Amino acid sequence: MTIDTPASTTASSVRGTSTPATRVLGVLSIAMTLWLGVFGLLLSPADRDQGDAVRIMYVHVPSVWLAYLAFIVTAFASAVHLFGRRHSLQADRVAGASAEIGVVFMAVTLVTGMLWGRITWGVYWQWDARLTTTALLFISYVGYLAVRGLEGSREQRARRSAIVGLLAVLEVPLVHWSVKLWRSLHQEATVLGTDLDVSLDGLMLFSLFVGVVAFTLLFLWLLLHRSRMLTMIDLSAESGLDTALAQRRAEGGASV
Amino acid sequence: MTNAGFILGSYALTFGSIVIFAWRTVKVGKRLSADISDEDKPWL
Repeated sequence: MTIDTPASTTASSVRGTSTPATRVLGVLSIAMTLWLGVFGLLLSPADRDQGDAVRIMYVHVPSVWLAYLAFIVTAFASAVHLFGRRHSLQADRVAGASAEIGVVFMAVTLVTGMLWGRITWGVYWQWDARLTTTALLFISYVGYLAVRGLEGSREQRARRSAIVGLLAVLEVPLVHWSVKLWRSLHQEATVLGTDLDVSLDGLMLFSLFVGVVAFTLLFLWLLLHRSRMLTMIDLSAESGLDTALAQRRAEGGASV
Repeated sequence: MTNAGFILGSYALTFGSIVIFAWRTVKVGKRLSADISDEDKPWL
């Protein structure tokens, strides 16, 4: 005996998570990322002190910017879920999708920072304030994703992870200002320090700007696709549960 | 270019991670999409 599931009785397409808007965003992201590669590796000049090693900055700084942005979006969406009147599960999915993106780019930040550190400091890693707090931030969001994977209903998942998301974001300012709060091997903010002074000029600043714009577009593209993907994972799990219940009822009916 | 291995390695790692992550996201989205009705996809 076969049982019709909601998925098999209604029309579905394999268009996935893309729409005309995400396609435009995707093309813009690719173009800007390629532009970043050309500026970062070929057009921007070598630094007076660091030489060519400064080229790592054009991927390292936009990566950490994207990770911070992703974690702030996670906190905002978590607050919308937790304090909103409707306790929106879509807000929870946006929070989860954003945290996943943030974790990937925080890992990229850590590794590119280690490569840059090997050239400028002579070592890959030091238990320095900036490096240690960054590693702690990364681990906190890996923990956030682990909390999302715990057993329970979607509402329980959303509530638990929203609380973790709102607590973990408090580490972001700590990481950013760690170079001011403690004596650190890491250099201070490249573009905007506490005095809002821009310490880069010309083509270097422009290359960094290209990187930040490219990664921001990339974040928007990834966030749209991943939040839609998480929506479908939830729907798929729901559909699977409906099928199992229908089968159980059919078995019960046959045995009577 | 001095320290080319470290510099090119950092670019390869960054762009490689982006490509793998984006490709996987699109691929899983397409796989799931086949089992979900279009009515349940508010973005379409």
